[in-house]
Amino acid sequence: MISTKDITFQYPKGELFHMPALFCTAGNTILITGNSGRGKTTYLHILAGLLRPKTGSIEIDSTDIVTLSERKNDSFRGKNIGIVFQKPHFIASLTVLENLEMTSWLATGKKNSATAKKLLGQLGLTDHASKLPSQLSVGQQQRVSIARALINEPKVLLADEPTSSLDDKNTETVIELLTSLSKEYKAALIIVTHDSRIKEKFHNQITMI
Amino acid sequence: MIAKLAWRNIWFKPLNTILSIILLMSSVAIITVLILLEKQFEEKFNSNIDGVDLVMGAQGSPLQLILSSVYQVDAPTGNISYDSAKVWMKSPFLEKAIPLAFGDNYRGFKILGTTPDYLEKYGTKIAEGKLFEHNFDVVIGNDIAQKLNIRVGDKFFGSHGDAAEGEVHENEAYTVVGITEKTGKVVDNLILCNIPSVWQMHGSHEEHNHDEDVSSNPAHGEEGHVHDDDEHNHVAENPAHGEEGHVHDDYENDLTIDEPGMEITAVLLKFRNKMGIVTWPRIIAQNTKMQVASPAIEVNRLFKLFGIGIDALRYLAYGIMLISGISIFIALFNTLKERKFEFALLRVSGAGRFKLLMLVMIESLLLCVVGFLFGTILGRIALMLLSNSAEDDFKMSFNPYEFIWDKEGILFLLTIFVGIIAALIPAIKAYNLNISKTLANG
Repeated sequence: MISTKDITFQYPKGELFHMPALFCTAGNTILITGNSGRGKTTYLHILAGLLRPKTGSIEIDSTDIVTLSERKNDSFRGKNIGIVFQKPHFIASLTVLENLEMTSWLATGKKNSATAKKLLGQLGLTDHASKLPSQLSVGQQQRVSIARALINEPKVLLADEPTSSLDDKNTETVIELLTSLSKEYKAALIIVTHDSRIKEKFHNQITMI
Repeated sequence: MIAKLAWRNIWFKPLNTILSIILLMSSVAIITVLILLEKQFEEKFNSNIDGVDLVMGAQGSPLQLILSSVYQVDAPTGNISYDSAKVWMKSPFLEKAIPLAFGDNYRGFKILGTTPDYLEKYGTKIAEGKLFEHNFDVVIGNDIAQKLNIRVGDKFFGSHGDAAEGEVHENEAYTVVGITEKTGKVVDNLILCNIPSVWQMHGSHEEHNHDEDVSSNPAHGEEGHVHDDDEHNHVAENPAHGEEGHVHDDYENDLTIDEPGMEITAVLLKFRNKMGIVTWPRIIAQNTKMQVASPAIEVNRLFKLFGIGIDALRYLAYGIMLISGISIFIALFNTLKERKFEFALLRVSGAGRFKLLMLVMIESLLLCVVGFLFGTILGRIALMLLSNSAEDDFKMSFNPYEFIWDKEGILFLLTIFVGIIAALIPAIKAYNLNISKTLANG
């Protein structure tokens, strides 16, 4: 569960953003839409604790992450927030499975290979587990990103334009996987997008003006 | 996990990594060789001087005198009259005077005429057999015994001078009566006999040929074809032949140490007090045609000469180490840009800033440790090869398995230090990475 209140943000010498309040329970999805330059990605980074808002509070399972120190924030994020980025980024020198294991290790100190393998199975990537990420197609890479975001069974799953570089078929698959898996892993799913292919699938939408 | 990631990262760009490692390896190898060589060289040189304050010999280069008489590596300066040397050898200032007479060689190993004091000076005991007693009895060094597989009781012919290819002295065979213990000093590679053996081998040549040989030694002619290659085996197979006159059992006619008018090569002197060491060089130079030289001074001079070369090599090695540091720096710095997202990703996954700093540091340190390990190994291989050729040329060997912990420890710390310095700026950049900005622009 995630809820925000009164969030404002300002880049150094930039304009002041008022971020809309947001409330999303486990297993549900909220779409944040709006044109470019309206601060969608900024909002997502604030929700992830990567940027510190000027005012306001963000509660994730009764922890206000705005008040956490940077160190605690890093570790809280590792355990409770999964993020899928617009372009899939990986640790290039590690295999797909090792990438997942590394993510798990950084957050929990355990490799958790079983969950990693299970997730890869659910995403249809079992055969690619020991390949390097660069050897996969973009669609496959995005699916690995989802697996990575879910490996620590986060409370909140954030997706930043997850389909912008995908074709229709892959978009369909990725959205389907995101919603079904976030339900299964009981994560609140927040998708930032301007992709009209997604918009029609969801009812809960916040538009940033 | 961080260390594993670091390990995987350095091998993800193998060319950069190999370049850095090769550079580090070369510099570490050179320095290791220098460290080992310098120490073992000095040890070898100094251990051989023990118990020798001055060396008396023919005039010429004092360094040459020392090298030839103490280390057996150079040609001698010439011969001196034993009669006039004896006058000085009886001086009450002396605790010990060991005369040396250079004779022939056997397969390149010097046959040295001396007294049993020589063995005593090196603290060498006879491992097998006994000391030389009669003329043409020889005690051989441990290394020679092993290399040439010689046993007590074997016989061989020497070749003239110090070249293995020299004319073979076929009129007299040497008999091995003893083998020394291994000492790690020059004795290991020497064949020792008494001084009259050397005189008799050379001095009595002509008379021998003229009056004795033809009549009482008809077998000598037959021996003419013998090369020193088939050495002792040949003689050993022919015991009957030896009895006829080649093996020396006729001690009555032997030269003795008291024979007048003979020559020796040098005398090793040990003094009772320091006064003699200071005054003798001048006294001898003024009153005789001989010279005395101090091994300590000459060896120091030699080290100084070497020192210039060693210093130059050392600076070169440090230069290479600096370049390897720069190469690591450039490699890390260059990949920093492509790896920005990786770093951001690690941060997003819960890694603190410090972990990123450590990651970059560990990558650099791994390179350094690997470079150091290979460098030490390569250095020792190089020393082994060097040792083999030094053994052939100078009968001097080095031990590549020795570890000089303090000096090599410092070298290791220096390598680590280079690694830390090279990684410092990239690591700080990783530490200060703005994740949000990085991800937003990606």
